[in-house]
Amino acid sequence: MVGWAIAVHGGAGVDPSLPAERQEAARRVLSRCLALGASALRAGRAAVDVVEMVVRDLETDPVFNSGRGSALTRDGTVEMEASIMDGRGRRCGAVSGLTTVKNPVSLARLVMDRSPHSYLAFDGAEEFARQQGVEVVDNSYFVTDENVSMLKLAKEANSILYDYRVPIPETCSAGAGAMQMNGLPISIYAPETVGCAVVDANGHCASATSTGGLMNKMCGRIGDSPLIGAGTYACGACAVSCTGEGEAIIRSTLARDVAAVMEYKGMRLQEAVDWAIKERLDEGKAGLIAVSGDGEVAFGFNTVGMFRGCATEQGLMEVAIW
Amino acid sequence: MVGGWAIAVHGGAGVDPALPVERQEEARRVLVRCLTAGAAALRAGALALDVVEMVVRELETDPVFNSGRGSALTRKGTVEMEASIMDGRGRRCGAVSGISTVKNPVSLARLVMERSPHSYLAFDGAEDFARKQGVEMVDNSYFITEENLGMLKLAKAANSIMFDYRVPLTGADSCRASAGLVADVGGELQMMNGLPISIYAPETVGCVVVDRAGRCAAATSTGGLMNKMNGRIGDSPLIGSGTYACDACAVSCTGEGEAIIRSTLARDVAALMEYKGLGLQEAVDYAVKERLDEGKAGLIAVGRNGEVAMGFNTVGMFRGCATEEGLMEVAIW
Repeated sequence: MVGWAIAVHGGAGVDPSLPAERQEAARRVLSRCLALGASALRAGRAAVDVVEMVVRDLETDPVFNSGRGSALTRDGTVEMEASIMDGRGRRCGAVSGLTTVKNPVSLARLVMDRSPHSYLAFDGAEEFARQQGVEVVDNSYFVTDENVSMLKLAKEANSILYDYRVPIPETCSAGAGAMQMNGLPISIYAPETVGCAVVDANGHCASATSTGGLMNKMCGRIGDSPLIGAGTYACGACAVSCTGEGEAIIRSTLARDVAAVMEYKGMRLQEAVDWAIKERLDEGKAGLIAVSGDGEVAFGFNTVGMFRGCATEQGLMEVAIW
Repeated sequence: MVGGWAIAVHGGAGVDPALPVERQEEARRVLVRCLTAGAAALRAGALALDVVEMVVRELETDPVFNSGRGSALTRKGTVEMEASIMDGRGRRCGAVSGISTVKNPVSLARLVMERSPHSYLAFDGAEDFARKQGVEMVDNSYFITEENLGMLKLAKAANSIMFDYRVPLTGADSCRASAGLVADVGGELQMMNGLPISIYAPETVGCVVVDRAGRCAAATSTGGLMNKMNGRIGDSPLIGSGTYACDACAVSCTGEGEAIIRSTLARDVAALMEYKGLGLQEAVDYAVKERLDEGKAGLIAVGRNGEVAMGFNTVGMFRGCATEEGLMEVAIW
C-alpha cells in the first residue's frame, strides 16, 4: 500500500556505555521530529519541505551533531555542512564551511532554489547567506560545553590518525577492545550527522543531511554529508541519508548506490540498503536511512548502533538506538 | 588484445564552433603533448595514479585550458581552483576546493589522499595544509590570463549566470550583437551554464588511465565556471560526479556541473558496468544519454582491460587518447 513515510537518523556509531539519560534524551528528540514530520505529511506537505523542516529541528536541538551541538574542529570552532535533494527532478543544494548560519539545511535549500549553483562553501556561502537574509548567529552559539570537553579528550586520544584503520594504543578508558570510528574511541567519537528521508503522499522522495563533521577535524575538512551521491541522494525511486565514516561513504558513493542497485539490478529498498552496507563499505563503518517511492522505509548499518526512527502512514512509529 | 595500458585526456566539453583555427591547433598540441608524456610513462611501467597526476599537472601548468594557470575567473576576478583524484585500487580518493595559491591543485588533492586523515579539504584549511606540506605556492595573479579577464567582462555583459540557466537569455539577439558573439549553429545561440558558447570556458581538464597491471585511476581539475559566485563548488572535486575510479574503470567528466552532480555521472558509468553488466562504451553512451536530462556534459573513460571510451552531448569536447596497441588520436568535434 502506498502512502507517506518518514525516517530520521542522529548518527551511526554509538557508545555502548552511553548513559541511560542520554539515550532517553536522544529518543525524545527523534520522537518529536518524527511526530512533526508525520503531521506535516498528513497535512499533504511536500517531501522536500518536510525533510528541511525536520532537519532544522535536529540542527536547533543540541543533542545531535549538527547546528547547535556540532562537533568541534581542532581549533575549537564549528564548521557545518549540509545537503538536500529533491527526488523530483533530482534537484540538489549543498553548503560547507558554515560558521554563523543557524540552520545549514535551509541555506542548502536556498542554494538549490535561489542560486545558479548547486554547492557553495565557506566565505562565499556565508556571503550568500547574508544576501538571502537568513538567520545568522555568533559561532559560539553552536559550541556546547560537552563538546568542548570531548575535543580535549579527542586531542588526548591522539585521535585523527594518519591512517585511521590503525588502532591507537589504549590510552583512555573506552573499555576492552576499544571500538574505534574515524580514529576515535567510540566514547569520544561524536556520530557525525543527522538526516531525514521522506516520501510524501504523492510518492515524491526527498532527503537531507546535516552535520558539524568529525570531532577534532582539520579546518576546511569536508565530509560526506554535503556530497550528493555520498551522504545524500534522492530520485524517483528512493531517498537516502547516510552517516558514519565520511571517507568510506564517499568512496562507496553510498547514497547513490542504494538507488543504483534498485534501478540497475531491480532490487527492492531493504535489499538495496543491505547490499550497499554489506558490499560497498569494505572496512568502513556507516549507516543509512532510506525511503522508497512506494512508501517503504529501510535502515542499515554496520556500526554498533545508529540513532534512528521512522513513521509511516499505516501507523508505524518507532525509535531505536541498537 | 586484452589488457595493455590506455590513457585518455580531456580539456573540457562544449566548444565554440567558431573557435579560431589557431586556438584549435594550440589545444591539439597541448593534448598531444600530454598524451605523449603519459604514454611514455606507461610504456616505462608507471602506475596509473602517478600518470594521471603527472598529466593533469601538465594541463594545469599550461594556460590553454581552464585549470591552474588559465582558469576561469570568479565574479570578483579571482581564481578559485578545485581538483580530485581517485585510485581505482581500493577506491582511495582525495579532493580540494577553493584553492587560490597552490600551483598544482591535483597534486594537493593527492596529498590530501595520502598524507591527511581526510578525503576533501577546502579553502583556508586546504591552503593551510598546502603550506604545511611545502607544496609550490604562488600569488593568485599567476593563474589569471589577459584572455580570461576579457572573457569575464563579456560574461558579465551577457548577464550570464542566470538563475535557471536552462531558460534562454531574453534579448539573446541584442546580447549577441553587443557582445559580438557569432556562436550559433543552425541559427540557434549555443548556451552552456547560462553563457553563450563563445564566452563559456569549458570547465575542466581530466585524465584517466589504466596501467599495464590493469589498475585504473582518474583525476579532474578546474578553475570552474566563468563569473561564478565565490565559494561555488562544481562537479570536478566531487567523487562520483566529476571523478571516479574503481577496479572496473576510471572516469573524468566535464560540462554543466549541476547536471553532472545530480546524475552522479562518473559513478554511474561504473555502476552500469557493475550492476547492469554493460561494456565500457555502452555504459558511457547510456550515462550521457539517460542520466543528464537537459544537461550538457562529456566524459572520458578507460576500462581495466585496456579499453578507452568517450561520450558527450555537447558541441565538441577537447579530447585525446592513446593505447598500448599504438592508437593515438586527438579530436575536438
